[in-house]
Amino acid sequence: MTPDSHRLYESIILDHNKSPRNYGKPAQAAAAIEAVNPLCGDTFTLYLVADGEHITTLSFEGNGCAISKASASLMTCMLKGKTREAAVALGNAFESMLQKEPDAPVNEALLGDLMAFSGVRAFPMRIKCAVLCWRALLAHLTA
Amino acid sequence: MKQYHNKATDGDVENPVPTDSALQVRGAFPILGRSINDAPLAYLDNAATTQKPQCVIDAMTRYYAAENANVHRGVHYLSSLATERYETARENISRFFGATEEAGYCTVFTSGATQGINLVAHGLKHDMQCGDEVLITQMEHHSNLVPWQLLCEATGAKLRVVPMNENGALCMEEFERLLNTRTKIVAATHVSNVLGTVNPVREICAMAKAQGAVSVIDGAQSAPHVPVNLATLGADFFGFSGHKLYGPTGIGVLFGRMEQFERMPPYQSGGNTIRTVTLEKTTFAPPPERFEAGTPHIAGAVGLDAAVAFLQSLGLSRIAAHEKALLNYATKALESIPGVRLIGDPPDMAAIRSFVMAGVHPHDIAQVLDNAGVAIRSGHHCAQPVMAFYQVPATARVSFGVYNTKADVDAFATALHTVREMFS
Repeated sequence: MTPDSHRLYESIILDHNKSPRNYGKPAQAAAAIEAVNPLCGDTFTLYLVADGEHITTLSFEGNGCAISKASASLMTCMLKGKTREAAVALGNAFESMLQKEPDAPVNEALLGDLMAFSGVRAFPMRIKCAVLCWRALLAHLTA
Repeated sequence: MKQYHNKATDGDVENPVPTDSALQVRGAFPILGRSINDAPLAYLDNAATTQKPQCVIDAMTRYYAAENANVHRGVHYLSSLATERYETARENISRFFGATEEAGYCTVFTSGATQGINLVAHGLKHDMQCGDEVLITQMEHHSNLVPWQLLCEATGAKLRVVPMNENGALCMEEFERLLNTRTKIVAATHVSNVLGTVNPVREICAMAKAQGAVSVIDGAQSAPHVPVNLATLGADFFGFSGHKLYGPTGIGVLFGRMEQFERMPPYQSGGNTIRTVTLEKTTFAPPPERFEAGTPHIAGAVGLDAAVAFLQSLGLSRIAAHEKALLNYATKALESIPGVRLIGDPPDMAAIRSFVMAGVHPHDIAQVLDNAGVAIRSGHHCAQPVMAFYQVPATARVSFGVYNTKADVDAFATALHTVREMFS
């Protein structure tokens, strides 16, 4: 029995897809980070403004499926004001949750709203969508 | 020996049969009996690959179980039998597509349409000079675009592109304008893998010939859907993939005029391509052997032979009419769904329809449809210039085959309403 795609599209995901938060290029100078999946054509740009160790603003724009777009939108909400270190830790926890078996226990308190993506675990083809912008940001932060 | 004749010519699919009179072939395809997500499988991704009829599966199983040996080598019984199967497949396929020796054609087995085009691009490279031109179209699959870009980079030739109009039809006036004495190669797809456009390839080949250019037609999406006869079409080269034509993966065909093949060097070299080899010098075998290095996909050729026999039994004109009727039915269904935009709507179309839906990414459409057992394709379809033309990052694409029915389209339309509800 294959999983029900309705469990993939949690209401938080549908909401962020329809009304993405922190969408667009900021007025102030920001680091532009490209997140591209050449196989499916998803293309996003992340705009990062940091004050020393702290992420002051994070926004994004681009095109992609509901999973990749909602993931980017939620990421911008959750990382505002966080330290670089905390952002990397959360990104790693998110990726680690997605790689686990669908019923494996995870740190729900740390992941918070990111748990909306737990249904993605049953759709291995879509994990790359959920992690696209996270991976690009983490690569930038740890470079 | 089987005699295949692809009787019909282009153009007699104007009056489609009612969609209810399906071709009655579903029983021949074992995979159609399975369900996906507790729903009957509605397989509408035929432009990516087609399902296989039992006769193809059986032919390949029989070959491996009772006839397997290497070809063109041994003197033992099985080697002779395998060689006969392989060469009979070549002959049957050539005849079905009107690409016979008498018509001046030679049939080379390839791994698929992509390899066929690469083989031609490699073979024509030594003829090209700085300032020469290669003319392609704006609607090419990357397979009929990138090999020509590489050829131009390597030789200093110039790549020129025939544009299409908003409907997705080729601008033939522009084609005429761009074709000139410097044009050495004209490469065009017969049927667009995104838009379903059927291009006027007979005219294209004739005009190319009049200008002294070599014509290369990508038949990957036409061979399974419309009658193709090389002698009538007049292409110098025409390639297709077996797996899009109810045959196995890993096998395809490149038809070419013998005189063109004869002046081309081998694409790959090794066993089978040679006449004599000394440690200093090699002389190459004539076509088609020159272009079939190494042990070929013998079982693939046997399977493709069975697939062609299957198509022959149905008739390409009937298939085209059946698929056209389904296409029209699906188009009506799509037009009734709010927010759906058809991508391209050329006057002459075959079996393929792309669309987008406001506020829903094509991947999400395909995912929700899968939940209802409906398989479609989403993405850029290896045709990014077409996406750029329509200013969309991707499209959803539905494509038909011989076994599809009105019920498949109904399941598709119902699932699209679910998509609409979920994402609104």
